Amino acid sequence: MEAVYAVCVGLLTFSGIFLCLRGRTFPVVMGLTLLSYAVNLFLFSSGRLKLDGAAILGTSYTYADPLPQALVLTAIVIGFAMTAFVVILAMRARADLGNDHVDGRLPPQPEIKPRRKKDQA
Amino acid sequence: MIDHLPILPVLVPMLGALLLLLPPLSKSLERQRMASLLVSALTLLASLALLLHTREQGIQLYALGDWQPPFGIVLVADMLSTLMVLLTAVLGLAALLYGAAGDDKTGAYFYPLILFQLMGINGAFLTGDIFNLFVFFEVLLIASYALLIHGGGKQKTQAGFHYVALNLVGSSLFLFALGILYGTLGTLNIADMSTKVALLSEAESVLARAGGMLLLVVFGLKAAMLPLHFWLTRAYASAAAPVAALFAIMTKVGIYSLFRVHTVVFGDHAGGLANMIEPWIWPLAILTVLAGSIGALASPNLRELTANLVIISVGTLLIAVALQNEQATAAGLYYLVHSTFVSAALFLVAGLISDQRGKAADRFVVARKVRQPALLGVCFFVGAMTVAGIPPFSGFVGKVLMLQSAQSLAEMAWVWPTLLISSLITIIALSRGGTTLFWRRTSDKSQADAASPWQVAATALLLLAAPLMVALGGPITEYTEQAARQLHQLPASIDVLLPGGPS
Repeated sequence: MEAVYAVCVGLLTFSGIFLCLRGRTFPVVMGLTLLSYAVNLFLFSSGRLKLDGAAILGTSYTYADPLPQALVLTAIVIGFAMTAFVVILAMRARADLGNDHVDGRLPPQPEIKPRRKKDQA
Repeated sequence: MIDHLPILPVLVPMLGALLLLLPPLSKSLERQRMASLLVSALTLLASLALLLHTREQGIQLYALGDWQPPFGIVLVADMLSTLMVLLTAVLGLAALLYGAAGDDKTGAYFYPLILFQLMGINGAFLTGDIFNLFVFFEVLLIASYALLIHGGGKQKTQAGFHYVALNLVGSSLFLFALGILYGTLGTLNIADMSTKVALLSEAESVLARAGGMLLLVVFGLKAAMLPLHFWLTRAYASAAAPVAALFAIMTKVGIYSLFRVHTVVFGDHAGGLANMIEPWIWPLAILTVLAGSIGALASPNLRELTANLVIISVGTLLIAVALQNEQATAAGLYYLVHSTFVSAALFLVAGLISDQRGKAADRFVVARKVRQPALLGVCFFVGAMTVAGIPPFSGFVGKVLMLQSAQSLAEMAWVWPTLLISSLITIIALSRGGTTLFWRRTSDKSQADAASPWQVAATALLLLAAPLMVALGGPITEYTEQAARQLHQLPASIDVLLPGGPS
């Protein structure tokens, strides 16, 4: 279970970082969302992974650490708010700046010279 | 009542901001102005009372909902955190005063946002729980996102997106770090963490080291440490003047957190992890000062110049963190208070100048004369002298204290040239900028209105700190020394912080 869990967190983080480094705002927002998913999973695992463990003492044979669950809940709520904000900001940047590049301007395109036909000369 | 004093600097701005959003106040800007100034004055009073109380009675512990530490969340008011809270309150009052002159009309919710930001900053300074620190970071950040684009415009949106994206990545890293530290130490109370960290096994301490280093990255991002400082100039230079002035404290939140986490948790008594960031922070601190100096020389306008001066001050404070002794921390605290006031004041002066120079704003180009050359000239001159560290003002005392705190020859060899050269460059950049702004002008008359009394009052409030901090130099340095001692000798106060013993 731990290995699968770790691979999932790693993959999400990898994709999140990859998308955050893209040049357009939409992939960046997606990247930030994936990063926050990865973080939530990771935080959850910081209380160790347990099967069949209730977070309340006395209701099951083994018990799980309730604190990471509370932390994840807080992190999820904050993550939602931040995602909502960054989506609106990205839309406003698109409206204000006329493009959806993260720098607010498109990088200069390499000039393509039209090929000269040989037999014209 | 006096028991609840530590939470008042968080509670008062929060309730004030909520009231401002409700009908009787939300309808009229005039009422909002008066109410927010009142709330901010109340916050200032509460912070002052808390500071005096803490100084008399020692560290104050406030268990929220009476859940006792280490399991409950606590607020800790010690000498360092109360000093920072008082500094924030003064800065907040100045920002609100300046905003009352017209910057509050350019966008919605100016006052509630500033008060929410004050709440977040005060909370970050007062909390004794590292997850709570994250929560308050988010509170102050989301208020700052909205404040940064207050007033609108292409520049602000452009700078805003970078700022938001970087800080969201920073928040994710913060949570990763907290997960690692909770997984290894099993606690989130800062005092409790400091008792646990020395007991870690070899395998766990590797993980804890990774967590601590991640925290360095996060706090470095907030503080604008070298490779992570590129967002700062653009964000601060494009923000409205009162907002930029309030943001002067934001980098200091990062420095404060470095002091709090890396001196208390990973400090001298942390066993194998003691002072683990020291080898990293030395070169980064010095390079930050250099990067700020180069940026200052290259700045095309006064606001960018001031933003680069903020980077220089961050580098200087990082040197204080790197020196890792009581004297350096005390010097750093004095320098921190001074540099916050003066960079905020310079942002306000830049705002005043750009209001009066027509289209040229605060760019270093030939333009029409400012409307009030005497007033603005004096303000700029005092600010420039202070930030460069020329004798009659607080910058001089701050720099001398910093220079004195380098003790060994190797430390002196690095610290002295760095600080002195950066001061020289500051003088060059400011004199170049000042002569262009005030003396190289066309014969056109300025059409602008004179600065409003609100704006002048706000700028004067911040600039007055420069001579006052010299006049009251004795008591202030005594206070910072005590605060530094409290921070470094944590085991002495662990009984106060953890009444029930470690978990």
